Amino acid sequence: MSKDVSSGAGAAALVISGVSHSFGENRVLDNVSLVVPQGSFTVLLGLNGAGKSTLFSLVTRLYDNVSGEIRILGHDVRRRPTQALQRLGVCFQSKAIDSDLSLLQNLHYHAALHGIGGREAKKRANDALGKVGLLDRAHAKVRTLSGGQARRVEIARSLMHRPGLLLLDEPTVGLDIGSRESVIGIVRDLVREEKLGVLWATHLIDEISATDNVVVLHKGKVLFAGTVPGLLEAAGAANVRDAFRGLTGTITAEAA
Amino acid sequence: MSAGATAVAQSLDTGTVTSEPRKLGFAAYFACFRGIVWREVLRFLHQTERFFSALVRPLVWLFIFAAGFRQVLGVSIIPPYQSYVLYEEFVTPGLVGMILLFNAMQSSLSMVYDRETGTMRTLLVSPFPRSFLLVSKLLGGVSVALLQVFAFLLVAYFWSIQPPPITELKLFTGYEAPHWLEGIVPSMTEPSIITFASVPAALQPVMGYIFVIPALVVAGLMLGSLALFMSSIIKQLENFAGVMNFVIFPMFFASSALYPLWRIRESSPLLYEICRFNPFSYAVELIRFGLYGHVDLVSLIVVVSCTILFLAAAVFAYNPSKGLIARRGGPGGGA
Repeated sequence: MSKDVSSGAGAAALVISGVSHSFGENRVLDNVSLVVPQGSFTVLLGLNGAGKSTLFSLVTRLYDNVSGEIRILGHDVRRRPTQALQRLGVCFQSKAIDSDLSLLQNLHYHAALHGIGGREAKKRANDALGKVGLLDRAHAKVRTLSGGQARRVEIARSLMHRPGLLLLDEPTVGLDIGSRESVIGIVRDLVREEKLGVLWATHLIDEISATDNVVVLHKGKVLFAGTVPGLLEAAGAANVRDAFRGLTGTITAEAA
Repeated sequence: MSAGATAVAQSLDTGTVTSEPRKLGFAAYFACFRGIVWREVLRFLHQTERFFSALVRPLVWLFIFAAGFRQVLGVSIIPPYQSYVLYEEFVTPGLVGMILLFNAMQSSLSMVYDRETGTMRTLLVSPFPRSFLLVSKLLGGVSVALLQVFAFLLVAYFWSIQPPPITELKLFTGYEAPHWLEGIVPSMTEPSIITFASVPAALQPVMGYIFVIPALVVAGLMLGSLALFMSSIIKQLENFAGVMNFVIFPMFFASSALYPLWRIRESSPLLYEICRFNPFSYAVELIRFGLYGHVDLVSLIVVVSCTILFLAAAVFAYNPSKGLIARRGGPGGGA
């Protein structure tokens, strides 16, 4: 396997540079650039319709980026899709696990999608369930789980192939406060312990912690990318909520 | 699994982020294929009501419709039959085709549904080539269809619809090109039957059931890839009644599933040509001949060609840069 200059230990988990995308006349993404370093928790903050889902579709290669470049741990998504997708884990907003099957059956299926079978899949499934604290429910059917537990299975699923980059598209939608905290906690632990690069798309401002990186996406444009203190300074605001309102000029930001 | 997988396990056991991904070898492809097919089968086995409704539909046709029509329709001796057969026996391969047709359309509907949930997207995020993933998914659907077909044939067996013992495997050729294809497609007006293998005595009673399996797989793949292509271009496919009216019924009735084509020709030459244009007719004939230990060469060529054509269309439609999904902003896309 040839080695990219930009790959290797130093490459960022995700680099998006100059990506634009349109559906017909409708320009959904306009020259979007952002970086998710390894071992960082990066929040992609935007209202509904900001272009978050389209950006995720491009990174996951559901459709090709028409302009610009997307690299996952140094691998160009278009030119080396296999290598790029092997390093990518995704939690989609919509459900990707089968309610009729057990947790283990679901995880084995997703291991298979990455070419992992047999004993290795079993071992990884146990590891992943351990990480999300659902080992004791391994043989239960997914439909018997609560919403928060099902979300955690989705995360376990996306970890089966040990990705370097984890994308989560509004992973806490529809969860109660306790479940939300547990899901966020699990992902933050992964960032700290496994040096995973995480891109967390949300419109909920209270999910941002002071040490996170923040990317503000509004109407397809990146208005800000940097640290939380940087965001406050750039917007001249006292807290993230006011900073977001100041930048986007909206007052409709979700009350948290 | 194999030694290869163990090596992978060891190299990745550190749990740290490695930048060079592992190579996807043959073992990985096989694990992926098996995983996708197994999931389809598991899902089917967990939905008992789906199994029974899939079984009841052809049985209603067999027990009621075919019994009623037994006296109305006489079937003369046409290949592959060597004697007069009851209408029930004639219609059985057509009903097997119906199972494949319904199953294909149902799985294409479930793919539309999957598009809205994350299931289809999860499949497409896999690092394997998309054509491989889609073919695996189709073969998963075909495996489910095979389970249904053999459950149906088992019930039919006890209804004394039993293919005769097969002593020899034969190649059947015979085709009369329609007027508009004259000169382009050669006619084989003199049907010929060539024996190409003999069957050991122990296998003779079940040979029809074994020999039909490849026919079922190709036919299932053809209908599945057609359905897959439809799932990518038609937005409003959620409505099963619509699919029944516009796809399943026309394909099923304008085919050789329920009546021999020479009888249709007597009543309407136009309808006869429509039936001959319908790829489902060839799928049914391939199955009919297969059950009697024959390979129908023309049907085989038509079904295989259609499979390749529909599959190419479906893979194109799901191609991220050229495909129709990208243009439309599909699977749950947009935003």
